[in-house]
Amino acid sequence: MANHDSYTNDELRDILSMVKTIAMVGASANWNRPSYFVMKYLQAKGYRVIPVNPSAAGQDILGETCYANLADIPGQFDMVDIFRNSEAAAGIVDEAIQLKSQKEIKVIWMQLTVRNDAAARRAEAAGMRVVMDRCPKIEYSRLYGELSWGGINSGIITSQRRKRGS
Amino acid sequence: MSKDKFSDRLHLAKIDGKSAGFETLLLHAGTAPDPMTGARQFPIYQTTSYVFESAEHAATLFNLQAPGFIYSRLTNPTVAALEERLATLEGGRGSTFCASGHAAQMLAFLPLMKPGDNFIASRCLYGGSITQFGVTFKKFGWECTFVDISDHDAVSKAITPSTKAIFCESLSNPSGIVADIAPLAEIAHKAGIPLIVDNTIATPYLCRPIEYGADIVVHSTTKFLSGHGQAVGGVMVDSGRFDWTISGKFPGLAGPDPAYHGLNFHETFGDLALTVHGHAVGLRDLGAAASPMNAWLTLLGTETLAVRMERHIANAQKVAEFLSTHPQVSWVSYAGLPDSPYHNLAKQYLRKGAGSIFTFGVKGGYHVGVRLVESCELISHLANVGDTRSLILHPASTTHRQLTAEERTAAGAGDDVIRLSIGLETLEDILTDLDRALTRTATKKAAE
Repeated sequence: MANHDSYTNDELRDILSMVKTIAMVGASANWNRPSYFVMKYLQAKGYRVIPVNPSAAGQDILGETCYANLADIPGQFDMVDIFRNSEAAAGIVDEAIQLKSQKEIKVIWMQLTVRNDAAARRAEAAGMRVVMDRCPKIEYSRLYGELSWGGINSGIITSQRRKRGS
Repeated sequence: MSKDKFSDRLHLAKIDGKSAGFETLLLHAGTAPDPMTGARQFPIYQTTSYVFESAEHAATLFNLQAPGFIYSRLTNPTVAALEERLATLEGGRGSTFCASGHAAQMLAFLPLMKPGDNFIASRCLYGGSITQFGVTFKKFGWECTFVDISDHDAVSKAITPSTKAIFCESLSNPSGIVADIAPLAEIAHKAGIPLIVDNTIATPYLCRPIEYGADIVVHSTTKFLSGHGQAVGGVMVDSGRFDWTISGKFPGLAGPDPAYHGLNFHETFGDLALTVHGHAVGLRDLGAAASPMNAWLTLLGTETLAVRMERHIANAQKVAEFLSTHPQVSWVSYAGLPDSPYHNLAKQYLRKGAGSIFTFGVKGGYHVGVRLVESCELISHLANVGDTRSLILHPASTTHRQLTAEERTAAGAGDDVIRLSIGLETLEDILTDLDRALTRTATKKAAE
């Protein structure tokens, strides 16, 4: 299994630049939920985010139709972003493994505090890359300079002129 | 207590995958070149407010859904660059820069406390902190219990169900006590509360309290960090390591926030919660924002912290040794001297020396102390520390005069106490000035 205690900036940059479409499991229509923040932010950065949540299936969230599960999503998506607890993540990962070829899924991403090593091993064995206990919004904004606007330690030292934000 | 137990608590910054050294962080952390112009020195964004891209963008920022600037009371690009630098120097997750060290203490306690709560603080603090905690905080219904923090049993016993934090200075001002941070952190964590450490006098050059278990670090950046007596400022650094949810004691960070329609900072921002709160609630409502100019002056000062501290400490060690044999001096309290009761703790926690602020006792008491500070020709008589210039003060008649005689003695600021902050002048000139002033004071006394 790849190292999941830390990820290099290059690994994360590579994933975030390769991915275009994200299925967000555990998306919420409630504006003050963390998943809503992340979906809205990623949309603003040019990603297409497809919400998945059985209790909101058929509803419109931030201009996208919400689906009950990954299999119901028409078309393909590059990454599954999991806003469920560590235990529930296992089932989502197994569903993604089954749909991998059909949907061309390349990355499993588990949100902050979500970590399931057994599921990660299965996903990696199936040829997918896995990120756990991280938030794509935080990582994107950290790598492209925006997180620093809030006084956060980005962990990045560089004398290069970086592109900001997008 | 070995620091290895805690060293994984630091948030490090890397150059191309390799951890950067402290001196490198001083120059580069938070200040990557300006993306628009390539300006190498960080620009001063002297502006109050920022144009929105659209009404939708404005809504996103007001909802805290994306990073961005609204109004400089909350965030400002120059202030943010300094915040990232200070957070990185302490190995923290993030920081909130504000108008003064006192404002930083307000920012740290605001999310933790409610009326009727209390916290425990060392009784040997900077006098201004004793007054802020013991008198002004009472108006918010916040009680402070002052204890001798070297007595760990006393600290444990002072904890009640309403206790929300333990507070100490890593190297205390002016008494030079070195806090044994690791066991204090253990006591705090066992009680489900954070340890807050004021690291002003030690600076992260000597000590990074987070690596020994501290959860929040505060500074008056007015001192060594800005370093030239040029800008008042303060900062609250969050380690990002404290779990605000576990004890149920911190609804301000791990409960619904009424002003943000029930948003829960911990759930939404994870380990960024306290830093986001510091801006979005603390600075928003307490209003203690720092000016971009002061932030920039502080950024400039931090660049040379390591080389300044090296000389500050070398000079202070020599001055302390000189005073310890001077006939007009009854005692010297400097942890860099082998006979100091804090010498061993200093070796453990202060990697490169015992700092440059210390006290000594002048023979003759209160009035001789007053005359001595008035007699210096080179050393400046003023109420600050950590300037490039050498400074002298008689705490009993100035910084600690609001306290009772008992409190003054407990805080290490009795009648005969003189505080020195040794600067970067030629060592010989500092020694000559002190010797002349001490001798003149003694002669004058003899003539009376």
